[in-house]
Formats: sequence, C-alpha cells, structure tokens
Amino acid sequence: MTANVTIRIQEADFDIAREIAALTKARTDIGAVVSFSGICRDSEGDEPIAALTLEHYPEMAEAEIARHAETAMSRWPLTGISVIHRVGRIVPGENIVLVLTASKHRQAAFQAAEFLMDYLKASAPFWKREERPAGTSWVDAHDRDDAAAARWTKS
Amino acid sequence: MKVKYFAWVRERVGKAEETIEPPASVRTVDDLIGWLARRGETYAHAFETPRVIRAAIDHAHVKPDATIAGAREIAFFPPMTGG
Repeated sequence: MTANVTIRIQEADFDIAREIAALTKARTDIGAVVSFSGICRDSEGDEPIAALTLEHYPEMAEAEIARHAETAMSRWPLTGISVIHRVGRIVPGENIVLVLTASKHRQAAFQAAEFLMDYLKASAPFWKREERPAGTSWVDAHDRDDAAAARWTKS
Repeated sequence: MKVKYFAWVRERVGKAEETIEPPASVRTVDDLIGWLARRGETYAHAFETPRVIRAAIDHAHVKPDATIAGAREIAFFPPMTGG
C-alpha cells in the first residue's frame, strides 16, 4: 500500500484522535503510531504569556514541510505521516502543531517524528509573536533548534 | 522581481511585499540585502544586521551568496520559530 501523507496549515484546532484514525484507516500493516503535539505554554522563563500569534509564509511552509516529509519517507520505512501546523492567535493550553508518524515498528516512527519536529522548528517558515504584560514581541530563535536539526545530517 | 517580508522584517520595512528592479550589479542575496538597506530608514532598520536575515528564492532556503538571477520571488525573514 502507498504511504499516506497529510500536510495542513490551518487556523482551526485539530482533534488528535481523529487524525490518528485517519492515518490508520483501513490498514492492518501499521504496528506503531507516534504522536507529538506542541502546545502553547502560559509562561516563558518567569514571564506570563497571554497568547501567541503565528505568522507564516504559506507557499513556502507547505513546500518545506512536504520536502521534509519526503526525506523522512525515504529514510525510514513509514506507512504514513501527518503534519498539522496552526497559524493565527493561540492561547495557553491550545495545540500549535501535530506530527504523526506511522510504521510497522516503533523505532522508525519515533525517529521520524523527532526528525520532522526538529526540521519544522529550524526550517519551516513560521514565526511566533508572544503577548506579554509589557507588550508583544517576536520570539527569538534558539541555536539549540538549529543544532537539533543538524544532528540528523551527520549519520 | 517580487520581494516578500515576514515577521519583524515585514514590520520594520512597513510592507509585506513589493516589486523591485535592482540594477545588474546586484547579483547575490547579500548584494540585494545591501541594496535594500540603502533604500531608506525603514529598510536600513530592517536589514541593519544582515547575518540574522534568512532568505528564500522561489520558496526554497538559500545562502547569502546565492545568485538572484532568474528569481521570481525572494523572501526575507528572521530565523524561524515555528513548531
């Protein structure tokens, strides 16, 4: 059977159970599904965060995620990938991003999910702006995110 | 060619996109950043630290030394913070 790849960028929230069901529907060859959700926190360091607003570069975001999904498919024996990234205003407790990976065995699913998240953070064109008590500010990128993505190019 | 700006680069420039016609001497992404920075105060502010600016040509990431010849759309933005 062919692999099932879903990539969506949307303002609306997503239902994780429904997305897993869609990824595994009518298939009996899947032995493992790994699910990662990124959730909006209510603080950064000691400062409270009232909300995040996510801006993106629509055409490039889709292309970039698709490119990394393709790399993951060629690198691990996956039966499916779903990536959903929300944009717009998101308040603490709400979902930001979902990565699902499905495979016969868990190892490929775990590794591919981590690979996809590392690349999403380092190279998918999304930008977060935080609402703090003192005003709004763009979130600074972390070197550790670039380092996390770079480690996949070593082996 | 069309140029797009995102996040704080967009805010500092004061627009999301525009069409530009740089002279032939502007060959690379780095050259273009330098040329844009000289277009006025808002641009100078947006591009004051070229090394933190990321660029994409026709929806793919490129390095500062990438040639802009034949590009339809060039985007400038800060390091990404999605996920």
